[in-house]
Amino acid sequence: MSARTPKTLFEKVWEQHLVVPETADTPAVLYIDLHLTHEVTTPQAFALLRERGAGVRRPERTLATMDHSTPTLTEQVFGGAPITNASAAEQIRIFERNCREFGIELFGLRSAERGIVHIIGPELGLTQPGMTIVCGDSHTSTHGAFGALAFGIGTTEVGHVLATQCLLQRKPATLAINVSRQLRPGVTAKDLILAIIGRIGVSGGTGHAIEYRGPAIRALSMEERMTVCNMSIEAGARAGLIAPDETTFAYLADRPRAPRAADWERALERWRQLPTDDNACFDRSIDVDADLIEPMITYGTNPGMVIPISGRIPEKRNDPVFDQALRYMGFVAGDAIVDKKVNIVFVGSCTNARLSDLRLAARVIDGHKVADGVLMLVVPGSQRVKRAAEAEGLDAVFRAAGAEWRESGCSMCIGMNGDTVPSGAYSVSTSNRNFEGRQGVGARTLLASPATAAAAAIRGRVTDPREFLHD
Amino acid sequence: MDAIRIIRSRTAILPVTNVDTDQIIPARFLTTTTREGLGRQLFSDWRYHADGSPKPDFLLNRPESAGCQILVAGRNFGCGSSREHAPWALLDYGFRAVISTEIADIFRNNSLKNGLLPVVVDEPTSAWLIEHPGAEITLDLERASLILPDGRAVTFPIESFARHCLLNGVDELGFLLSQHERIAAYERGAT
Repeated sequence: MSARTPKTLFEKVWEQHLVVPETADTPAVLYIDLHLTHEVTTPQAFALLRERGAGVRRPERTLATMDHSTPTLTEQVFGGAPITNASAAEQIRIFERNCREFGIELFGLRSAERGIVHIIGPELGLTQPGMTIVCGDSHTSTHGAFGALAFGIGTTEVGHVLATQCLLQRKPATLAINVSRQLRPGVTAKDLILAIIGRIGVSGGTGHAIEYRGPAIRALSMEERMTVCNMSIEAGARAGLIAPDETTFAYLADRPRAPRAADWERALERWRQLPTDDNACFDRSIDVDADLIEPMITYGTNPGMVIPISGRIPEKRNDPVFDQALRYMGFVAGDAIVDKKVNIVFVGSCTNARLSDLRLAARVIDGHKVADGVLMLVVPGSQRVKRAAEAEGLDAVFRAAGAEWRESGCSMCIGMNGDTVPSGAYSVSTSNRNFEGRQGVGARTLLASPATAAAAAIRGRVTDPREFLHD
Repeated sequence: MDAIRIIRSRTAILPVTNVDTDQIIPARFLTTTTREGLGRQLFSDWRYHADGSPKPDFLLNRPESAGCQILVAGRNFGCGSSREHAPWALLDYGFRAVISTEIADIFRNNSLKNGLLPVVVDEPTSAWLIEHPGAEITLDLERASLILPDGRAVTFPIESFARHCLLNGVDELGFLLSQHERIAAYERGAT
């Protein structure tokens, strides 16, 4: 017999990394090609290594940066002003010491290559098709945009990867999300993934690796694909993948750490084998029509509580948890979301802080002013993104509008570094989580695209960004 | 890690769906560099007012919750961030098991690695537990069985290797380190 069994992209990457296949008694031992680390989820992992007298097996396969609790004020990053949060400063010192001691390359606070861990992997060309990539951060799914199997892990598993370059894993199920037709003008990758999460729910992907497929996905740029894969975890899926194609290869060519010359040619040959075979089977499959998607915005306290910007806040009978979410947000079922008051606008995070995101926000706000009483914070995803944005004058556009232009980091997405939303204030944010208190105790977050965020900054109210996007 | 065989306790009920790890332990407490001491901050924003005084209505501040080692929560417990601080905080507080109809993947993994037992049950069992707060139940890990006060037993799924590690109080790192030769062979073939 045996024409080769058709396989999915996920299955190919999975099988290529099996050190030991799984059995009924033991999970698979899965080899990890690239391990990304940051200051917050690693101290206890290095402590585990010391307790066990273990070293780092392949230090050259781990890269370290700092992003979660780092300051975004230039004078704190470069001017010698102290980091105000003492425990964050201590965590950074410990991280520097751990990296030094175990021989791990670190892009430290003042490095020109520093940035959010999921922004710098791709921009350096470290993130490549067919790899296994992990990080102690749930948004590691971002790297799946390249056709890598990339997922978030806990701190104990960070220790496992440091010590053995492997993880014990059970094979997840597969979920195909087929996105037909094309996104309309003014509708972004962020709107697409929010619409998908709204459709399948915040646990709709639990236990699955998602593959995003179809013409609308193929038409996305790499940066847009990263936005889609980034939020796979918000649907409960640890991993979200997109098959590599010419768009992927063009993005990677000549990146500082991408393969070169003959290595590049060999890599291309390998990468071209990765896309899902015709007739390969997925455990589940969902169809989405891109043409029907509008700009989306969340109204509640998880990313699945999302509506089109022209929509009304829904009502759910006999659901006290839903009612509590609306009370937290200060919203009433039946109200339109447009024209809701906005106090803070945040453009940043591993979801939407790449150059194309900043360009889009700048295009909307160019020639306008941030509304009175609104604070707009623009935080590039990396120092490279920051320099590229400055080179084309985006910083000047934001500053002229009255927005703050900062150094890179996670910033107000997670609020660990002092960039927080005050209690009760409304924030339109390009980040990924609108959980209670995510951006600060009592903060009320509305997740949206960079275009919708910029439009909200101009009006001081939730606004359809298409009003500002005329060609 | 201590071996787990039987957990017998009254239940504390948090009938909230989609409890994310930002609620379990808010991000501002993640600048710690140890695993200990996070129990005081467990569910911090639901548990304390801004001035630090307890909110008397919250589950953990009610006298009947004292000493409960089993938390029963709504569907999709532990979603969101990968922070292992979430199971660390639950354990440090005194919980030893979490029961829900669905438990988020990364949280479940992190729990198993720290000796916090994640127990997924069907809707009727969950509904019964939520309607009977404080019920004394037993979790028998060897049999992967939840035993209700009337003696009815409900089995729950648990990954076999994680169960083996929990029953014996060993962690997975020892097993991974023991695979050194096969990892080296893979590396020779792969690079």
